[in-house]
Amino acid sequence: MLIIRKSDYETLRKHGEETYPYECCGALLGTLKGADRCVVQVVRCDNTRDDRPQDRYHIDPKELIAIQRQATQQGLEIVGFYHSHPDHPAQWSQTDLAEAHWIGCSYVITQVEKGSANRTNSFVLVGESEDDKHFQNEEISVAAVEEDQPLCH
Amino acid sequence: MSLKVNIPTPLRRYTEGNGMIEVSGSSVASALDSLLQQYPVLKKQLYTEDGRLRSFVNVYLNDEDIRYLQKVDTVVKSGDTISIVPSIAGGLSSV
Repeated sequence: MLIIRKSDYETLRKHGEETYPYECCGALLGTLKGADRCVVQVVRCDNTRDDRPQDRYHIDPKELIAIQRQATQQGLEIVGFYHSHPDHPAQWSQTDLAEAHWIGCSYVITQVEKGSANRTNSFVLVGESEDDKHFQNEEISVAAVEEDQPLCH
Repeated sequence: MSLKVNIPTPLRRYTEGNGMIEVSGSSVASALDSLLQQYPVLKKQLYTEDGRLRSFVNVYLNDEDIRYLQKVDTVVKSGDTISIVPSIAGGLSSV
């Protein structure tokens, strides 16, 4: 399960509306609690695919290193990523799977329909290696918890 | 030469949960060899069967992509940090 504050959930959905008709992308920082990923912070990233941002996204590895450093300093780790699908369902595509390499992390996809965030789904990348990796549907638990209150116990 | 390798979340299950590993070496290649000596199971995750770094595995020396330096032959010095960063990308169609 992906556990996320309502405010963070809205942040990542709103990001997709802001970049429409282009794809947005970002990272989810948090902690791993057994099989759950607990999101503590949403980090917006730039989509570097200037050639076709309407149906592709890519995060600069240098930006990821900075995010990873920031996470470590805060005692967190990267637990997932998000991106949007402008005018397409919130389902992973073959391209998403082929380009997904963070096994054990969540991949959150928001469908943005005519500029408005519609459905948001999450998928965990599971498997032992590149050879058998696959996406598994993941429930999203949106918690109405204030910023200063603990999200996961 | 003592330096550190930053391990990303998905590979930490192969390093007993450690996110920062101390290694030795005089080049990126020898530092990565030192990493694999400690955690041999990482090899399959980082390299293809013919011994090349997998295309989606980005390796940075401090803040520089080694592809734009001397690749794995890049010289390292004490206190450097090597970061392994699997790429993050995707898109909604396969065309």
